[in-house]
Amino acid sequence: MNAVARFFDSDLWWSFTRNPITVISAIVAAICIGGAVLAPWIAPHNPFDLASLQLLDAFKPPAWSPEGDPNYLLGTDDQGRDVLSAIMYGARVSLLVGFLAVVMSVVLGVSAGLAAGYLGGTVDAVLMRIADIKLTFPTILIALLIDGVTRAALPRDVHDQIALYVVIFAIGFSNWPSFARTVRGSTMVERNKEYVQAARVIGLGRGRIMVTHVLPNVLGPVLVIATLQLGFAILAEATLSFLGVGVPPTQPSLGTLIRIGNDFLFSGEWWITIFPGIALIVLVLSVNLLGDWLRDALNPKLR
Amino acid sequence: MLETRDLARFFDVSRPLIQRVLAGEGKRMLRAVDGVSFAIPKGKTLSLVGESGCGKSTVARLVVGLYGPTRGEVIFDGQDLAQARSNAAQRRRMQMIFQDPYASLNPRWRVREIISEPIRAFGLLSDRGQIEARVGQLLTQVGLSPLDGQKYPHEFSGGQRQRISIARALSSNPEFLVCDEPTSALDVSVQAQILNLMKDLQRELGLTYLFISHNLAVVRQVSDRVGVMYLGRLVENAPAETLFTTPRHPYTRALMEAIPDLDMTGRQRIPVGGEVPSPISPPSGCPFHPRCPLANDRCKAERPELMPARGTAETQVACHAVEEGRDGGPQLEPAAMAAG
Amino acid sequence: MSNTQPLLEVRNLRVEFPTRRGTLVALDDVSFEIQPGEVLGVVGESGAGKSMTGAAIIGLLEPPGRIAGGQILLNGRRIDNLPYKEMRTVRGREIGAIFQDPLTTLNPLYTVGRQLVETMTTHLPIGPGEARKKAIEWLELVGIPAAAQRIDSYPHEFSGGMRQRVVIALALCAEPKLIVADEPTTALDVSIQAQVIALLKTLAREKGTSMMLVTHDMGVIAETADRVAVMYAGRIAEIGAVRQVVKHPSHPYTIGLMGSIPPITHRLERMQQIEGSMPRLSAIPRGCAYNPRCPQVFARCREERPELTPAGETRASCWLYDAESEQQVLRAGAHA
Repeated sequence: MNAVARFFDSDLWWSFTRNPITVISAIVAAICIGGAVLAPWIAPHNPFDLASLQLLDAFKPPAWSPEGDPNYLLGTDDQGRDVLSAIMYGARVSLLVGFLAVVMSVVLGVSAGLAAGYLGGTVDAVLMRIADIKLTFPTILIALLIDGVTRAALPRDVHDQIALYVVIFAIGFSNWPSFARTVRGSTMVERNKEYVQAARVIGLGRGRIMVTHVLPNVLGPVLVIATLQLGFAILAEATLSFLGVGVPPTQPSLGTLIRIGNDFLFSGEWWITIFPGIALIVLVLSVNLLGDWLRDALNPKLR
Repeated sequence: MLETRDLARFFDVSRPLIQRVLAGEGKRMLRAVDGVSFAIPKGKTLSLVGESGCGKSTVARLVVGLYGPTRGEVIFDGQDLAQARSNAAQRRRMQMIFQDPYASLNPRWRVREIISEPIRAFGLLSDRGQIEARVGQLLTQVGLSPLDGQKYPHEFSGGQRQRISIARALSSNPEFLVCDEPTSALDVSVQAQILNLMKDLQRELGLTYLFISHNLAVVRQVSDRVGVMYLGRLVENAPAETLFTTPRHPYTRALMEAIPDLDMTGRQRIPVGGEVPSPISPPSGCPFHPRCPLANDRCKAERPELMPARGTAETQVACHAVEEGRDGGPQLEPAAMAAG
Repeated sequence: MSNTQPLLEVRNLRVEFPTRRGTLVALDDVSFEIQPGEVLGVVGESGAGKSMTGAAIIGLLEPPGRIAGGQILLNGRRIDNLPYKEMRTVRGREIGAIFQDPLTTLNPLYTVGRQLVETMTTHLPIGPGEARKKAIEWLELVGIPAAAQRIDSYPHEFSGGMRQRVVIALALCAEPKLIVADEPTTALDVSIQAQVIALLKTLAREKGTSMMLVTHDMGVIAETADRVAVMYAGRIAEIGAVRQVVKHPSHPYTIGLMGSIPPITHRLERMQQIEGSMPRLSAIPRGCAYNPRCPQVFARCREERPELTPAGETRASCWLYDAESEQQVLRAGAHA
């Protein structure tokens, strides 16, 4: 049986097909992610192509309202940009930041957790105290701090260029302790299992045992947390961008769009901010529901 | 082949420093193994028996170097263990079989990867085809099919997994095997299969075994010599036949007495009272004295040393009552007599 | 024995586990009874269904397992189809349960005294004051030293053996007619095991309580039970008086099982072993479930499933003891 066939025969796939909410969230998430990734090819307009912007088309309401323009399904903003296209491009940025931030947390957290759990003693104490200290600072605060420092230290144009990576680093750096704690716990369980002792009797090195034996057996929970953290990271980025310290305005994310639209909310142009908001909610909710399902499906106690 | 001299291992079970200081208490040491000496000749089997917490599994782990000794030494084929283990050629000669067949195999690895790990780690064979052939041969040797190498551990029953575990241990051509309760997680009909397999392998390959078990009946089937442990110490060490026909230490007798009688002779058993004390604060003197029917003041004060028992050749006992002749001398075990 | 009404009667019990790959039959056509005051041992290897039988009787089958057929009668009254609430009353008042791990029975947050008192006041017509007095009596009875002081201790303050004694007191204090004990001594050390078995035996005899003793340890059964049922792959392979089953087993599986127990009395060059292992529930063979491992298998065993029939002094589900197949066996013997 090859890997694909095995996957469709697995308990995981079975539990997936049995769970309508999960299937719906997966479809919704797939649409969101697909729309974002494929934005340059499928978006009706290019919001960054200044040549195609028509100031005359500014503040068009959604297509179904009386003054709507069928060209702009979800209406346009103050500069005549198509809101739907802006959302698709914005989600692209949001997802990129979220995904890379989670990858960074996973790499940091799994390494730290594996080392702390397997080596124990001083290594464990030091790494876990660092994680504890990290946990006492809210994510947003750390991100603001990192952003502030880089902003002060770097010239403005340089900062704008690397702003995206600063946000990724800020969010990724603030989330690693949850991975480290989980991996540490699982590692301590696996370390005492007899297959690890068998490898030690042979005399394998600690690094080799950690990577070849322990790591594959502690990755299950990591996948679950990573999925849940993806939603969290996207939200964190949106919050930062809403506060104006996130991604640069030249690459607006969903959070940036909401902030920009917020200015027009009370003058009646509600669609500029509401639609990006709904997109954000739908994206994060579907990803989180998938994470919840994954957690239940991989937990033998709840099966 | 293997010898231990005054082997001891303590574990620090103290509470964290701050709590300890606040409560005004000192360090607490769990004396898991406290002065154990024995020797196993080449090609023979020594078994260690005792109840949970007596330190027998800790001895097994000390002997293969999973723990370092707090005191004393392990000598493997004339070499100090630490020295032997730093040399791959020596390390290859000792292997271990574990109790839990569900935890002793990495669930994410295929059986052939599990069995060939020692071969690869010691660089015994490098050619893929050769390794494949060797794995197939090992699987056949332990009564499985070479095709089973493709499968994952969860596709096997407990007994089959234990066979895989044995195949892994054999793959580095060891001479000395430490077997930590290899059958206690298995059903009785499968237990017989595994014990027979181990005996066959010993005969064919001239293996030396250190066998750890809490089951006296199993121990009788496999051992040449038996050591009985209680609270981290050897209380009796005797040739297997002698131990089962004329047990000398009151604890050994109590253990025999506790075994349910399958022959249904209707003999009324008198179970030994009390419980095993904590190894953190063992009783003074002889650790068995609170439960011992022969205990007197000397037993409470003075710790008995392992010494040759009066009246039973080749038996060593750590008991004042036996030394002083208060135990009534060697007596045949009633259960053993039943069989004649 | 058949004149009196049995205390517990299990008739053709069938337990199923629906899974995605089809329904697994965990217990199939299990029938036995327990007389008042009798100790029935249920023995088998892991996965034979012995614990499942106990769980079905006390109404604690783990979902998605369910009783798919048959009846369980306690004093002639059906208890397999009672609603959950009613079953809970039956479980405390009429059937007491003892499990392998005492910690699953004891609530770690309450003192043992409170748990005993609660059980008694719920099921017996007595007040809390009297219940407390009786609780101390019970703790003394099961051999807890200084019971009057220890009654206010929490479960974690007792050692493993003492905890199991508390569980026994808890199971017995509402004076049930039947005790279902699932591997009550397996987690204990040998010397403690002997103490607990002796205690269970004495108490059951003194109180006239019937007991269903589920264990994998034939030695425990031989010492404690009056009759024994040997289970294999969810079915009863053999049932009969314990002495007969242990000394003169009829079913080839029981013979193999008894033979593979290592003797303490002497050393064997080679132990008897049963080849292979018990089938998984998803792959129980056609005909007699034991046929692939049976040394005396013949054609009929692979086709038809045997029912319990008289076999020597016991009853066994094996075609060897069927009049019709005698001819076939003779023929098979001639070929061999």
